[in-house]
Amino acid sequence: MNYSWLLKMAWRDSRKNRSRLLLFMSSIVLGIAALVAINSFGDNMQQEINSEAKKLLGADLVIESRQPFAPSVIDFFDSLGGEKSEEVSFASMVLFPKNGGTRLVQVRAISGDFPYYGEIEATPQTASTSFRQEQRALVDRTLLLQYKATPGDSVKIGNLTFPIEGSVSKVPGESELTMSVAPPVFIPLSYLEATGLLQKGSRINYKIYFKFPENANVDQLLENTIEPRLTAEEVRYDTVSERKREIGETYENLTGFLNLVAFVALLLGCIGVASSVHIYIKEKVASVAILRCLGGKGNQGLGIYLIQIAAMGLIGSLLGTLLGVLVQFMLPELFSGFLPVDVTITLSWRAIAQGVLVGVIISLLFALLPLLAIRKISPLTALRASFTHEHQSRDYIRMVVIGLIILFVAGFSFLQLEEPEDALFFTGGILLAFLILTGISGLMIWLIRRYFPVGWSYIWRQSLSNLYRPNNQTLVLVITIGLGTALITTLFFVQNLLLEKVALTGRDNQPNMVLFDIQSEQKEAIADITRDFDLPVMQEVPIVTMRLEAIKGKSVNQIKEDTTSHISRWVLNREYRVTYRDSLIDSETLVEGKWQGKVQSPQDSIFISLEDDIAESMGVGIGDQVTFNVQGAIMDTYVGSTRKIDWQRVQTNFLVLFPEGVLERAPKFHVLITRVDSAQVAADYQQAVVQQFPNVSIIDLNLILKTLNDIVSKISFVIRFMAFFSIVTGIVVLIGSVIISKYQRIQESVLLRTIGASRKQILSINALEYFFLGSLAALTGVFIALLGSWGLARFNFETPFSPSFLPILISYLAITLMTIVIGLSNTRSIVNNPPLEVLRKDT
Amino acid sequence: MTTSILETQALTKIYRSGDKTLTVLDNVNVTIQPGDTCAIVGPSGSGKTTLLGLCAGLDRASSGSVFLNGVRLDELTEDQRAEVRNQYVGFIFQSFNLMPSLTALENVMVPLELRGEKNVGKRALALLEKVGLAERKNHYPAQLSGGEQQRVSIARAFSNQPKILFADEPTGNLDEETGSHIEKLIFDLNKEASTTLVMVTHDMELAHKTQRIIQIKGGKIVQERLVNESVSARR
Repeated sequence: MNYSWLLKMAWRDSRKNRSRLLLFMSSIVLGIAALVAINSFGDNMQQEINSEAKKLLGADLVIESRQPFAPSVIDFFDSLGGEKSEEVSFASMVLFPKNGGTRLVQVRAISGDFPYYGEIEATPQTASTSFRQEQRALVDRTLLLQYKATPGDSVKIGNLTFPIEGSVSKVPGESELTMSVAPPVFIPLSYLEATGLLQKGSRINYKIYFKFPENANVDQLLENTIEPRLTAEEVRYDTVSERKREIGETYENLTGFLNLVAFVALLLGCIGVASSVHIYIKEKVASVAILRCLGGKGNQGLGIYLIQIAAMGLIGSLLGTLLGVLVQFMLPELFSGFLPVDVTITLSWRAIAQGVLVGVIISLLFALLPLLAIRKISPLTALRASFTHEHQSRDYIRMVVIGLIILFVAGFSFLQLEEPEDALFFTGGILLAFLILTGISGLMIWLIRRYFPVGWSYIWRQSLSNLYRPNNQTLVLVITIGLGTALITTLFFVQNLLLEKVALTGRDNQPNMVLFDIQSEQKEAIADITRDFDLPVMQEVPIVTMRLEAIKGKSVNQIKEDTTSHISRWVLNREYRVTYRDSLIDSETLVEGKWQGKVQSPQDSIFISLEDDIAESMGVGIGDQVTFNVQGAIMDTYVGSTRKIDWQRVQTNFLVLFPEGVLERAPKFHVLITRVDSAQVAADYQQAVVQQFPNVSIIDLNLILKTLNDIVSKISFVIRFMAFFSIVTGIVVLIGSVIISKYQRIQESVLLRTIGASRKQILSINALEYFFLGSLAALTGVFIALLGSWGLARFNFETPFSPSFLPILISYLAITLMTIVIGLSNTRSIVNNPPLEVLRKDT
Repeated sequence: MTTSILETQALTKIYRSGDKTLTVLDNVNVTIQPGDTCAIVGPSGSGKTTLLGLCAGLDRASSGSVFLNGVRLDELTEDQRAEVRNQYVGFIFQSFNLMPSLTALENVMVPLELRGEKNVGKRALALLEKVGLAERKNHYPAQLSGGEQQRVSIARAFSNQPKILFADEPTGNLDEETGSHIEKLIFDLNKEASTTLVMVTHDMELAHKTQRIIQIKGGKIVQERLVNESVSARR
């Protein structure tokens, strides 16, 4: 094949069509832009994580435990050399005496010079070190803003009141998001004891931060020296490389997910390309037929237009890439709440190359679907314009192209998700959505033709028939606008679903406040305060902490050493928080066995009840022996029953339930559950409890809802930002389709004008046609969103789904109106000018 | 092997639509010698254009054979027939069929370029000069009148020095005066290049300017005669 001639012909033929060809390709610009922006940002992020890795940990090594380190272990740590800092952290209430505000926070008591890399960003900056010298606290900036406190005010933590030295806005390795879930309050470790908050039963984290000399090999030190020494201890290590890997993976997952959202926008654009090319090629049939008469071969005709489309795909991809490079400058701001590092934006050539390559390949693959028809154009068409082939044989190359498109989508999603099942799920989901949209649009067309309302007025009949006439835009617009609508509406539903799910738990007189870490001697007094506030004491639950000693007579250590054992480490290592009572409560359903609520004599066997999943994880069934270490006392028990638990309630639920008569004398703490309806009463009640019993922590469902709302809003803002690319792509495709259809519709509208149709009649026909199209697309999109959200609610969140209809109505109206407006903008030039002028100008 | 430039043997074309069949050409035998000029005439729907399309290798017959310059077309693939057209055939259409996105000069160059020939611009320009349109070489078809478009089309038809020229109602879309100019141009150039001319036309006056008239009706040749000679009826 003479490629230089093909290039020449492609160039010549494009001269009169370049603006239209560019219009086709404008559909992919936004998809590529989104893809390049996310990829490039991801690369910058990864680079930042690599170069700032030590700052993410703040040290070379962190060793963490749920129990205080034994003196011998501390001696061992001292022998390792280098510098070290200690941190003890736990959740606790704080009180701002200035206004009586109380809040559950993460108290972090530290000693030493942590962080060794990076810094705690504080205002004033000196506060990050000066608070360590005296009885002072460094408080989360947002917390101070919420409680209208400023440096110089004070905060009461446990029994001690700390002057606030400054506000903290950033901690190494933590994002705004994590800080908003558990706002940190730093105090010097030397004052922790005096707060009185270190009590048995509290969930406390102990950490040692190490800084080793520059040339030390931390991973080797960990493997050869530290791990062998600490095998018996329940400790966790975190090194710079480990933290780098963890954070890298997390953000890789995030960018992978967002890449897929961008990819959907690109796919929508490609459908626009395919549709435009389809119409373009129809207009080129005569030229190709002439070329064939003159001796041109089928593949030469295909080659000419393939080159044009490839060139336009390249230009579209380059434009998209350029836009993507610009968009990525907005991303650090967009993601600011999520990022543990400040990302500096630089050009990522990998992302740029990927964007251009993906753009060219996918636009070519989609354009090939209509382009392949060129090979079948008969030269006889030049003699007879109406000539069509008698027998169109099955085009296997077309099948191959469809296969390649599916493969490309699956391959791309696999690269992003790295799990074959997830990639298949994504590809299947996209295919299903396409099939539903195609099916509904086909059904609609069929229904209109089958039950065409012949008695309607001409204007209605004409606009309805426009939906199925040759070269109609019904399918492509329903797919692009419908999928965009489906994306945005699903997002909205899921966001509401999440919030609704949490809000549901506190409705209908269900408990909405949990007080925990109550010591036995405080139990009555707190119940009295609760009643004084006219609040119900809905549950008072004793909690005993214990660890697993053995399963079916085999010790935990033996199980750990047994390589054939399938029991997870977390089952063996975790601290079990257990309660005892004589009966099951309404969130529990017996699955197997029999619940025995009381042990009559100390000699009797103890039959416990396990949550069914943990029983499976432990590999035990009814009658099996499970041995616990109850704070030093070894206790043999037997599985008497298994239960299913409804975790979706604000109340205490337990994996392990003991009968009465066993744990009453064990050291324990208590949980009290109540319901508060007024925000003011809730604040006053919390203040009263914290003032008298500063060790008691309170979880307020309203606070959780608020925090969750903040988080979900931030996340959904990011997703909406990405979905915005899909919506705008849908609009671009719509505009493109409308402009392209202009070339086809113009003749007819002008003819109508010539034979006397009024401006109003033509506008009405077009407005109704775009009303039908917009309505159909929007309703189909909403239908898919409802279906998807229902599926998520039913199978993923396991919660009832009751969508609100106002947003559905708003999105339906907005999308339909937009479609009509864009559609009509096309008609204006036809109706506002004399027919002959329009014909001369536009044809 | 035949010495004729074009020969059809029992050429039949049947269109099928579901259970129905429509015989457009029925057992047509035509032989045309090199250098002959010939007109195919007949009423609308008689099969003239179908016969022209089959003879030029634009379509396949349902049965029968077409030999063009000794090459049996029905044994060739579509691409092979395209090559034959490029080597031996020139076309003039009723609706001119210029490629709208190419200039006049580029339209004339295409058949030569398809052959892979280099520096074809000069030859194409010379042809445009012959048809009197050298000055409008850079104009697009839409910028030319009907007569001018047909002149470009004639220049294109002769550009690859065809052995046989097929013309489908070459003056059908033109006014009388322009039409007669185009007729003259076709016959002059044809004579100069000694090309065989096969022309489909309704215009009996035009048909009489050829050496031989083949009349078709209902897909069959009903009359075949040399111009200025007695009628030989065929049934």
